[in-house]
Amino acid sequence: MSSNSFAYNEQSGGGEATELGQEATSTISPSGAFGLFSSDMKKNEDLKQMLESNKDSAKLDAMKRIVGMIAKGKNASELFPAVVKNVASKNIEIKKLVYVYLVRYAEEQQDLALLSISTFQRALKDPNQLIRASALRVLSSIRVPIIVPIMMLAIKEASADLSPYVRKNAAHAIQKLYSLDPEQKEMLIEIIEKLLKDKSTLVAGSVVMAFEEVCPDRIDLIHKNYRKLCNLLVDVEEWGQVVIIHMLTRYARTQFVSPWKEGDGLEDNEKDFYDSDEEQKEKADKRKRPYTMDPDHRLLIRNTKPLLQSRNAAVVMAVAQLYWHIAPKSEAGIISKSLVRLLRSNREVQYIVLQNIATMSIQRKGMFEPYLKSFYVRSTDPTMIKILKLEILTNLANEANISTLLREFQTYVKSQDKQFAAATIQTIGRCATSITEVSDTCLNGLVCLLSNRDEIVVAESVVVIKKLLQMQPIQHGEIIKHMAKLLDSITVPVARASILWLIGENCERVPKIAPDVLRKTAKSFTSEDDLVKLQILNLGAKLYLTNSKQTKLLTQYILNLGKYDQNYDIRDRTRFIRQLIVPNEKSGALSKYAKKIFLAQKPAPLLESPFKDRDHFQLGTLSHTLNTKATGYLELSNWPEVAPDPSVRNVEVIELAKEWTPAGKAKKENPDEKFYSESEEEEDSSESSSDSESASGSESGEDEEEDHSGDSGEDSGESGSESEAGKGRAAKHAKARGKGDSKDVDKEKENSKSSESSSGESSSIEESSSDSESESESESESESRTITKVSTPVFVPGKTHVLLHRMSGKGLAAHYFFPRQPCIFGDKMVSVQITLNNTTDQKIENIHVGGKKLPMGMQMHVFNPIESLEPAGSITVSVGIDFCDSTQTASFQLCTKDDCFSVNIQPPVGELLLPVAMSEKDFKKEQGMLSGMNETSTTIIAAPQNFASSVILQKVVNVANVGVVPSGQDNVHRFAAKTVHSGSLMLVTVELKEGSTAQLIINTEKTVIGSVLLRELKPVLSQG
Amino acid sequence: MIHSLFLINSSGDIFLEKHWKSVVSRSVCDYFFEAQERATEAENVPPVIPTPHHYLLSVYRHKIFFVAVIQTEVPPLFVIEFLHRVVDTFQDYFGVCSEPVIKDNVVVVYEVLEEMLDNGFPLATESNILKELIKPPTILRTVVNTITGSTNVGDQLPTGQLSVVPWRRTGVKYTNNEAYFDVIEEIDAIIDKSGSTITAEIQGVIDACVKLTGMPDLTLSFMNPRLLDDVSFHPCVRFKRWESERILSFIPPDGNFRLLSYHVSAQNLVAIPVYVKHNISFRDSSSLGRFEITVGPKQTMGKTIEGVTVTSQLPRGVLNMSLVPSQGAHTFDPVTKMLSWDVGKINPQKLPSLKGTMSLQAGASKPDENPTINLQFKIQQLAISGLKVNRLDMYGEKYKPFKGIKYMTKAGKFQVRT
Repeated sequence: MSSNSFAYNEQSGGGEATELGQEATSTISPSGAFGLFSSDMKKNEDLKQMLESNKDSAKLDAMKRIVGMIAKGKNASELFPAVVKNVASKNIEIKKLVYVYLVRYAEEQQDLALLSISTFQRALKDPNQLIRASALRVLSSIRVPIIVPIMMLAIKEASADLSPYVRKNAAHAIQKLYSLDPEQKEMLIEIIEKLLKDKSTLVAGSVVMAFEEVCPDRIDLIHKNYRKLCNLLVDVEEWGQVVIIHMLTRYARTQFVSPWKEGDGLEDNEKDFYDSDEEQKEKADKRKRPYTMDPDHRLLIRNTKPLLQSRNAAVVMAVAQLYWHIAPKSEAGIISKSLVRLLRSNREVQYIVLQNIATMSIQRKGMFEPYLKSFYVRSTDPTMIKILKLEILTNLANEANISTLLREFQTYVKSQDKQFAAATIQTIGRCATSITEVSDTCLNGLVCLLSNRDEIVVAESVVVIKKLLQMQPIQHGEIIKHMAKLLDSITVPVARASILWLIGENCERVPKIAPDVLRKTAKSFTSEDDLVKLQILNLGAKLYLTNSKQTKLLTQYILNLGKYDQNYDIRDRTRFIRQLIVPNEKSGALSKYAKKIFLAQKPAPLLESPFKDRDHFQLGTLSHTLNTKATGYLELSNWPEVAPDPSVRNVEVIELAKEWTPAGKAKKENPDEKFYSESEEEEDSSESSSDSESASGSESGEDEEEDHSGDSGEDSGESGSESEAGKGRAAKHAKARGKGDSKDVDKEKENSKSSESSSGESSSIEESSSDSESESESESESESRTITKVSTPVFVPGKTHVLLHRMSGKGLAAHYFFPRQPCIFGDKMVSVQITLNNTTDQKIENIHVGGKKLPMGMQMHVFNPIESLEPAGSITVSVGIDFCDSTQTASFQLCTKDDCFSVNIQPPVGELLLPVAMSEKDFKKEQGMLSGMNETSTTIIAAPQNFASSVILQKVVNVANVGVVPSGQDNVHRFAAKTVHSGSLMLVTVELKEGSTAQLIINTEKTVIGSVLLRELKPVLSQG
Repeated sequence: MIHSLFLINSSGDIFLEKHWKSVVSRSVCDYFFEAQERATEAENVPPVIPTPHHYLLSVYRHKIFFVAVIQTEVPPLFVIEFLHRVVDTFQDYFGVCSEPVIKDNVVVVYEVLEEMLDNGFPLATESNILKELIKPPTILRTVVNTITGSTNVGDQLPTGQLSVVPWRRTGVKYTNNEAYFDVIEEIDAIIDKSGSTITAEIQGVIDACVKLTGMPDLTLSFMNPRLLDDVSFHPCVRFKRWESERILSFIPPDGNFRLLSYHVSAQNLVAIPVYVKHNISFRDSSSLGRFEITVGPKQTMGKTIEGVTVTSQLPRGVLNMSLVPSQGAHTFDPVTKMLSWDVGKINPQKLPSLKGTMSLQAGASKPDENPTINLQFKIQQLAISGLKVNRLDMYGEKYKPFKGIKYMTKAGKFQVRT
């Protein structure tokens, strides 16, 4: 091995040397760019060689380098053919890297990508669940529209896989297929519906995600699963929790009535927020109003509460928004503590959480008031965090805490971060308007800031003071005078404009100063900013109207300057003002009202939080963060006036579950109790009887396992599958025979139990088996899938049948054989492989299946048209035919570009079966049920050497696709299978008698096939 | 959900890209660069940036921007939390998370990312599971792989993925069974000019390093569990047991993990273990300012304060400083105006101090704010909140494990305003 790698090193060394040589020549060549390009080509050539080599180490190294190229964003698409060849590599790492490559480039090279599909189809049948899952992942990630039907089938099949991990991947694949081909929506919804019923915690999150993406409006699919989702929620993985909680929030808003009482204002019973005793609160609620909460509504609120303790910020936020949107307002208080805890997290988490707190704190101040100090700003916080914290502090400000806050703000104003200092000044302004007690204090404070050395601070103060003065029509002559003086020093345009506006507005209160200000600004008019110029014009106009004696000339001077200004806005304004205020013959009636127009009482600006209008977005969403509707945002509907029928969420207690009761624990005393509320009941009892439970530590472990019992049967995955199959069958038969006969049921239960333990499940699961059993039954019922475990064929006969002879097919020959594999196109189909040969010396083009003549009910899945077949070439395609468990012939036409040939496939009866793995005990039980009419038998006479067990086995499996049942007796051989279409069992027994006779017995519901099989087997077994 | 991921270094190069759906051109990052330019500092780049067709959600860690491209509505915290988990995973795999390390291990990085997301939705984020799927590179393993031709990629589904304890792998074996718990508390405080506390909070975590054979079931109880009223748990902790009995009961993950974090909020009284005496003044007329700080112990419960460092961002007007420390070493960077003083241990008999002058820009007016002082320190063997572990019991396995508990108090965001 080491020599291998050495050899490879040499090789790659050589590659590098040539590369170097290439680069050296490129410097000589006139176009450097071309040289570079060719060296790139050269490198890929080298990679191609490595990929073609037969050493895995070289291939792996090449793949690693290619992945490196992809990671850097370099184009590696031209290597596609070389890479795809390795898709079936035995080395798992090479395979994985090929998958990575394939997913990246398949979209660009669709035709070549198709080459790899068959590999995945094969892998989908692999006994290893990881391989099945990853095959599905890659197959569904190849965005090639042609394979949509194949993907569809693969997803369908995987959604019924025994491994929850594969089912989880199927849920992911649904979204991929939907984005590739939205027309498949209806079919996909069916699969989603099926997967929603899945009880595995692993699947829940992914399928809800698929639901949200494909059909978020089909809220009706959730009803039956609502309680299950609520109860599973705690055990779902964290990412799934987020998605489920968001979905359930939307659900709750459509299905329950509002728990908020009318006129529940901002300050609703604040004291209740901190009341930890939930019970008391509930009582209080009930006293106040007749509203009673739907128990399902309560279930959701209660079951999400523990998740506030999650380490995942997204989960905590999801629960917080759920409480905010659907919990009674008195209970939403508990989320604030958890949200404040998140503030210790990373900068990005802080940013989002603070935004949401900001929105919440506007509506319900009380929630966050106790945590006021947690929002104090540190000098090390990034600016955006500082500003958000400031926003929250402002929202929380009230008469009680404003003095502390103002002191805190004083520190902030002095901050070296000037953007933050400016924001603080605006905040002070907002506090001044919202809390009238401190407005004077604030104003004084702001005026003090006017003498600050930093210009930005001063400018911001001026703007805020302007707004404040506008709101308070009281005399503030002193402040205005002070600000007029500032005009000499301050240069920030907004501030200057604000001062000028203020003086103009109050020009009658400062009659001496105003004209002087106008005089000064007239001098500097040309060098002012546009914003300031406009205000100078305004000031001039206002003074002209109130004090025309002093200012007439000045105003006219300014108007003349404005007339020739470069900015058209200013020229327009000048023209407008001149027409309005300077009386001349043309000016109409309007100029009489000029004073009223200019010096009208102006409404004061409202200082509002920028988070004011965000509350119409659902909290915790991207749309909320951006304050615009993001693509795919789902509106949170308003509470309905009247709750829709709550009984839709009831899950019928399945008849069988009732039947079990005498056998199992006497648990379901009241039939009204819903099926899923079981675990909830347990939860309650465990909470109340916690003392007794705490006696032993291990018990709590059990407790948790009880919670999981729903999926434990499935979780055991492959190993437990057999027992599951047994259970499922038991259930089916119990149903077939209808009610009653509890004794029999008991026995069956015992059986299934023993098979469970024999298949090596842990004892804890067995303990809770009565639970899990009844649940798994309900599942098997509702999903009505065939649970009988299909095993791999014992033997695949290589015998091929002629479909089309080359003479009659004008050179095109076709053979078919039965690979005895479950068909990928549909589980009721028999898969048939057709090998096409071109025996002519010309290309045969466009080989496809033409018209089909199938008997009633029969279906056929044809192969994709073959574009061309080279001379002497051969190609194998697979088709699926649903023979409806009959030996009728499937006729269809095999067409080429020029001709059509009618061909027939008639299946031997043995190929209509799929082998089934079964224990001897099960076999006997099943056989016992299939007696009488369902049994056919015959006696065989043959030489004793033909009755050696290996010979019998060989002969039987050659004729029919059956599975061998391990037998405890030497003289009895048993075989089991099921029919492909209906899934009915087919049990074959060969019992050796004394002498050279044997009894051949076949038990099946499908008596016709049974007798045909008997007829076929008899000569085979008896001949020598 | 998550469409693509771009890794961008501090100089603005995209050095890794990964797509989980159709390829998104890297030109989408131009919007990010634009925002980065506007923000001037890396810290101020908004975590959510809308572009005409996509949304860019980013986190900034280890001087690398992890930019996720999103196309439709998704809870932003979902993506942000996931990106942080990616960084944590890289750190877990490679020890450090830096550009050269990621570039060196690009294949492993790619394989890990491939497993973490499927179609943009998280698939396996638990480090125990990931490590079974893709083994972290070690020197030994690299050597073994080249010789035997085996790979880093596991071919079986990790058992944890399907079990009810997804965080723990099965078949764990150790010769020395040990379980260590570190109770670490950080004090976040703002102290005002006069030395009084404006706000103080304690952020505590219990980090565990558990190396136990089999499937141990642990319980951890506290002397004073009342302190813990605001906690978040690792998923392994049984919540109901905590609710009813205030006992932590859990089947631990294998190796290092954070068992719980808790928050003792501002309403409780928090002991502040250090004080800072300061005298910083700028005079209007002269170009010299006075600078003097002294650090001393306050409520330390008889423990020594170690690892003290003082940092302070001085105003722009300060040109240089000439200071003399009574102990430790100090540096002043005249470009960033950052003063840092590595004090070391505080000896209560001889308090460390730093005295000297600052030279100010001539002619400029004096800065209107005095600088804030940030403090770092450590106190061993002490949890400042008073939290104490009562006992640790193990069920489910027969052997006797070695147990250890360590306490430590550190300064978190500890600021003194002057």
